[in-house]
Amino acid sequence: MDLTLKIWRQKSATDKGKMVDYKVTDISEHMSFLEMMDVLNEQLVNKGEEPIAFDHDCREGICGMCSMYINGEAHGPDRGVTTCQLHMRMFKDGDTITIEPFRAAAFPVIKDLVVDRMAFERIQQAGGYISVNTSGNTQDANATPISKHAADESMDAASCIGCGACVATCKNSSAMLFVSAKVSQYALLPQGQVEAADRVRNMVAQMDLEGFGNCTNTGACEIECPKGISLDNIARMNRELMKAAVLK
Amino acid sequence: MALDSKIPHGPIQNKWTDYKNHINLVNPANKRHIDVIVVGTGLAGGSAAATLAELGYNVKAFAYQDSPRRAHSIAAQGGINAAKNYMGDGDSTYRLFYDTVKGGDYRSREANVYRLAEVSGAIIDQCVAQGVPFARDYGGLLDNRSFGGVLVSRTFYAKGQTGQQLLLGAYSAMNRQIARGKIEMFNRHEMLDVVKIGGKARGIIARNLITGEIERHSAHAVVIATGGYGNVYFLSTNAMGSNATAAWKIHKKGAYFANPCFTQIHPTCIPRSGDYQSKLTLMSESLRNDGRIWVPARIEDAKAIQQRKLKPTEIPEENRDYFLERRYPAFGNLVPRDVASRAAKERCDAGFGVNATGEAVYLDFASAIERYGKIQAKIHNIENPSKEKIYELGQAIVEEKYGNLFQMYEKIVDENPYKTPMMIYPATHYTMGGIWVDYNLMTTVDGLYCIGEANFSDHGANRLGASALMQGLADGYFILPYTIGDYLANEIRTGKIPTNTPEFDEAEKEVTDRINHFLNNKGTKSVDHFHKRLGKVMWDKVGMARNEKGLKEAMAEIKQIREEFWRDVKVPGSAYEMNPELEKAGRVADFLELGELFAKDALMREESCGGHFREESVEMDGEQKGEAKRNDAEYAFVAAWEYKGEPADAVLHKEQLEFKDIELKQRSYK
Repeated sequence: MDLTLKIWRQKSATDKGKMVDYKVTDISEHMSFLEMMDVLNEQLVNKGEEPIAFDHDCREGICGMCSMYINGEAHGPDRGVTTCQLHMRMFKDGDTITIEPFRAAAFPVIKDLVVDRMAFERIQQAGGYISVNTSGNTQDANATPISKHAADESMDAASCIGCGACVATCKNSSAMLFVSAKVSQYALLPQGQVEAADRVRNMVAQMDLEGFGNCTNTGACEIECPKGISLDNIARMNRELMKAAVLK
Repeated sequence: MALDSKIPHGPIQNKWTDYKNHINLVNPANKRHIDVIVVGTGLAGGSAAATLAELGYNVKAFAYQDSPRRAHSIAAQGGINAAKNYMGDGDSTYRLFYDTVKGGDYRSREANVYRLAEVSGAIIDQCVAQGVPFARDYGGLLDNRSFGGVLVSRTFYAKGQTGQQLLLGAYSAMNRQIARGKIEMFNRHEMLDVVKIGGKARGIIARNLITGEIERHSAHAVVIATGGYGNVYFLSTNAMGSNATAAWKIHKKGAYFANPCFTQIHPTCIPRSGDYQSKLTLMSESLRNDGRIWVPARIEDAKAIQQRKLKPTEIPEENRDYFLERRYPAFGNLVPRDVASRAAKERCDAGFGVNATGEAVYLDFASAIERYGKIQAKIHNIENPSKEKIYELGQAIVEEKYGNLFQMYEKIVDENPYKTPMMIYPATHYTMGGIWVDYNLMTTVDGLYCIGEANFSDHGANRLGASALMQGLADGYFILPYTIGDYLANEIRTGKIPTNTPEFDEAEKEVTDRINHFLNNKGTKSVDHFHKRLGKVMWDKVGMARNEKGLKEAMAEIKQIREEFWRDVKVPGSAYEMNPELEKAGRVADFLELGELFAKDALMREESCGGHFREESVEMDGEQKGEAKRNDAEYAFVAAWEYKGEPADAVLHKEQLEFKDIELKQRSYK
């Protein structure tokens, strides 16, 4: 298929940036979206032009690096996939595709489609851990039984890949889905109870400090999340925060 | 220099304990004055960085991605082994040790492997304490499954995302230390050289991938944890950015490179679909617990399938060849990866492949779905269930176990694997070879360590499933923190290491000269052009089956591609900005050297063992006819190569392997 691509080009963080049109031809429907981008970049390099910078690494939907906003949707039109798992069979010959970076005040553009997600790192550093040293003599792994339901639910929350699609999708640029997934993973496990109050307080405080907006329960984040992280986690985080306020 | 593996004396089960009892320790107050650089933050690097920081050292950690959580360990699916014997099925430290040595086709160091098995249980304890949500049974205890090459269930897992959960565990431990200032994290940085002063590793040169600035970082010891070199094949299951640059740079500065030809071709990957393909996707080995591998038994059926005139579900049971079950009745579909890959290649080479390219075999879940369905019908007291009901109940169980893998497959291939068998084909996955290290995990350069997949490791010539995660975390959490302390105990009087020395000047100049060469070259072909050509030579001549003629040709062809690359590569953009093409150019330049050494190593090793299959070395008769033939009399050694300029001139050093606790014998899975 032949396609017209409208792609955000921005030389650096301080550059103003603009949309630029490109044409690609003979794109196979079996290609992944990023393989289509590879074809375009190869064309650009051969013409002596600078290729389009975009984040990507594992190309199997788990590292969370890829981050394109395609035709107005984070990770494009398919559901339950990251950009790297999106395939060209979702498009048709003659389509015009708009490709932008994940946009949010807390995600400044570094170059073209690459954004800075260090805000997520700082939120995790504020409390996204259990304070246990590596000693080789922690208790036996089976010493504390954990109900299968709690373990499974914790796993569901923990499967967040930290891509930032929730933030890019949210009209308020809220990071609640991301933060609540981590809070939930630990809140559901006995190991996470000791620091639960401090954790939720500190992570939420850092989230606010980074300039992410608030949650107004629109639910767009849940729909666009490539890993299907549930809104229930946000409810759980609010509960945890409330509990922490009472305990204080 | 003679190789000294520094294996402690004494019985194998006491070596590690005795060693720990007698090493030098560093006083907590002194640890505050000691800096350690860790390059790479996957399972090995991440766990090492966190643990060293917990101990009190000042850690500087480097990752080329924007977060440690994105290292390719995250993509490991199936699980992590540990000799916990929670299933009560006869597992023990000795058995895990034995399985690993045997699975590695007797080309690993006994003492290292025993230690690995010994600390495996503590890894699970540690991860659970960190909040890793492993799969559990209804009683709340940890669940296990089985992997290839073993007869027990010792694999712990978190759905099909075990690597992700373990890496997030190590990442959370790192975050705690980053918050305390004990780890200084350098995201989007790439190490481009190591700096040696007075024979010791004292720092690195790194490029800030956002600004392009070249930075100098000093430390009392440097740890390389940058993973494997599978991308030398261009197409592999590795991440796009996975590279061998750090490992290759330290090799050029004196670290020996061991067994480069020991590479794992994983049997269950999604077959390639076209020339535009940028990477291959793994389907976890755990699928072989329930999936049966087959091709049509009749060549006319295979031809019809290839031309899409016949569907796999239309082929009756008696016309299917479950070739792994046929050839290896004892292990069936759960033979080790090297054996499974070669068996699939053998069938496809004989014309029985099942897609248009003829390079695919089926992985079929129909009988597992039926089996689970019948059990569920019993559990739910459903009498005389219909075929559809059984299927529905069984599908739910398969979905719970492997749902994310099935979904991934469907997204890529656009076929529903619950309805039609998956198609799979072998692909490059893991590299057992790597930087040579002694028992302390130190390379042949003082103060320079190498851990995880980047070292030549504990897996010999073939790694068993779910053992990579085990080794990465064992190295990082439980081994390196002890062994490096023994070295650093002698560094307490050294003081801060300055970076304004001639050694740093020289290393930085080499790095900038190379970058400038790329940018000023103004050639005509892209980096990928050369990488793809290298990959084709590697796959065709240094792939699943190798012979003398092909290997000699490969060496000559790779050298030629390399020379052309330096003459004609085109890298747009400039040095002081984010420039992904420039990053790729540096990595491919190193692959073009490593590839030739790889072929040279494969040419030298005139035996078949593990993932290394020499067509000249097969069993000619008896029960094992046609199977790989190892040659212990001449090749029971680790091949450690010393850099001498051109890869073809590398000098071989042999570390003879001694087997005192395990009898050397033919690896049989029949």
